[in-house]
Amino acid sequence: MGLIEAIILAVLAASTPLLLAATGELVTERAGVLNLGVEGMMIVGAACGFGGAWLSGSVIIGALCGIGAGVLMSLIFALMTLGLAVNQVATGLALTILGVGLSGLIGSRFVGEKISLAPHLYIPGLTDIPLVGRILFGEDAFVYLSLALVIGVWFFLYKTRTGLILRAAGDNHTSARALGYPVLRIRMFAVMFGGACAGLAGAYLPLAYTPFFIPGMTAGRGWIALALVVFASWLPGRLVIGAYLFGAVTILQLHAQGWGVGVPSQLMSALPYLATIIVLVLISRARTGGSTAPAALGTVFVPDR
Amino acid sequence: MKKILIAATAAVLVTGAGLLSASAADKLKIGFIYLGPVGDLGWTYQHDLGRLEMVKEFGDKVETTFLENVSEGPDSERSIEQLARAGNKLIFTTSFGYMEPTLKVAKKYPNVHFEHATGYKRDKNLATYSGRFYEGRYIQGIIAAKMSKSGVLGYIASFPIPEVISGINATMLGAQTINPNIKVKIIWANTWFDPGKEADAAKALIDQGADIIMQHTDSPAAMQVAAERGKLAFGQDSEMIKFGPKAQLTSTMNNWGPYYIQRVKAELDGTWKSEDFWGGLKSKLVVMAPYTNMPDDVKKLAMDTEAAIIEGRLQPFKCPIVGQDGKEVECKGGTHLDDGQVLGMNFYVKGIDEKIPGK
Repeated sequence: MGLIEAIILAVLAASTPLLLAATGELVTERAGVLNLGVEGMMIVGAACGFGGAWLSGSVIIGALCGIGAGVLMSLIFALMTLGLAVNQVATGLALTILGVGLSGLIGSRFVGEKISLAPHLYIPGLTDIPLVGRILFGEDAFVYLSLALVIGVWFFLYKTRTGLILRAAGDNHTSARALGYPVLRIRMFAVMFGGACAGLAGAYLPLAYTPFFIPGMTAGRGWIALALVVFASWLPGRLVIGAYLFGAVTILQLHAQGWGVGVPSQLMSALPYLATIIVLVLISRARTGGSTAPAALGTVFVPDR
Repeated sequence: MKKILIAATAAVLVTGAGLLSASAADKLKIGFIYLGPVGDLGWTYQHDLGRLEMVKEFGDKVETTFLENVSEGPDSERSIEQLARAGNKLIFTTSFGYMEPTLKVAKKYPNVHFEHATGYKRDKNLATYSGRFYEGRYIQGIIAAKMSKSGVLGYIASFPIPEVISGINATMLGAQTINPNIKVKIIWANTWFDPGKEADAAKALIDQGADIIMQHTDSPAAMQVAAERGKLAFGQDSEMIKFGPKAQLTSTMNNWGPYYIQRVKAELDGTWKSEDFWGGLKSKLVVMAPYTNMPDDVKKLAMDTEAAIIEGRLQPFKCPIVGQDGKEVECKGGTHLDDGQVLGMNFYVKGIDEKIPGK
């Protein structure tokens, strides 16, 4: 396996959890809901995903448990912000704190256990093609799933009527409601989708990355996913670019250190975040046609009866 | 109804009194402050194993409380004070960043004894303790040089602080006794704990030609990557063989139990004094996991080295030590570097090509 191939494989793996979580959050935010609890939903997804896989011996059941846990967490958020019209920012932060604690509690009995990693795809002939074979046909299923999911979300948002309605709810909930659309129900499904994606992203870590559960193992990836949504200016296509760019900078800075590039490692570690800030500045400077934040993002909606 | 109420109240009172007499009169209350969760499989996990060993030793005579996930810095002060106010007479604060807060609370509670791990500030009721982890790293260096085919070691480091730098140097000094041309690639993760990043760093090192992985970060992720890629690795803080049955060579483990037993015994006997304890292989604060996945001659060499360090025949930082710049380092300890030089180490030894970040 050549070095370039190895680097690309590592980048794909490092980017996948970010892409999954960010895709879910993008849909949530497009419906006008800002859920800052991604990190909390992810870590609970990681704990439940590992638990499910460890108890059942099946990666698929593990992934389903992760998704389920993420959805349950997001329902708490939906109940608070949609049902009781509580401030979304505060609730999202609380959800993260709750998730970190809850995952430790759920995961405490799994600490120190080990599972086998999700198998990598192998298609005889195709996977053996030099250079591109491993990359295109030899990854774990989550990598392909995450890409399919983004394409699906793009299609849903821009090519379907329901997608249009969802975006309408995110841009102007009063008008959407006046047209007779059930804004709160749309938002609830969007929040649940976000939870499912975050749960799956969390489950990806113990199922396909490092096959054990340790409290706090998401290590801030949920926050990066949130930043990626802004970075992508709420567009699915840019989200893919952003996630892979972020993964690439993360992996390349490690390699650069190994090669002995004479840049302080502290600066290298900060590079991915610096890149995010620079791109944000560029986007806001050159606002050419691209989408910006959903107009009703983060605002509470109480339908008048 | 009234009778039942009276009976219930009486029962509560009796139980309450019973609890009170058991805990207040007989038991020594001991508190612990932990940095991570007890299930981190690394630093905090080992401290908690030490606590449990101590509880097993003293049984009913002690009552322990621990607070986990206490972040370093000013926030920890409240947690430490909370333990002091709850009647704990001996409090262990188990991370470097608790140094100032522990000192502050110790001044406020002169009748409570405090022990701070890996720090250097003491008071009459505040002792310090730490481990000579570099001794284990020296042995690891020897094993690594023996086992490496490529002659390139991969080292995942956390932060450029003296403890980590002295570990890298000790590894290289050990390795150079076997292969003077051995190379080390160092990747700074800039975190103590991020399994994903640690795994990525291990992959990068292996992809760049390292065939032995060692780490100064806390999760078993790197060990697991080495196992998956068919390479060899060293564990960190605790036994990690479960994550690499065919990969782990050994692990430098922190064994706090004997120290906690010794200190609690002193407290119970009324002989507790503020001291600075820096224990290594000899005092069993640092212990090596079984030597595995290596031929018998390497195993023997490792065990001989361990014995030599324990008996004091071998000093990892034996003079002369030549720095990266080619100049000999001043030898303050006579035949070897003194403790102050090791505790404040901020240079690489000759043979390491890289630069300390930020220097």
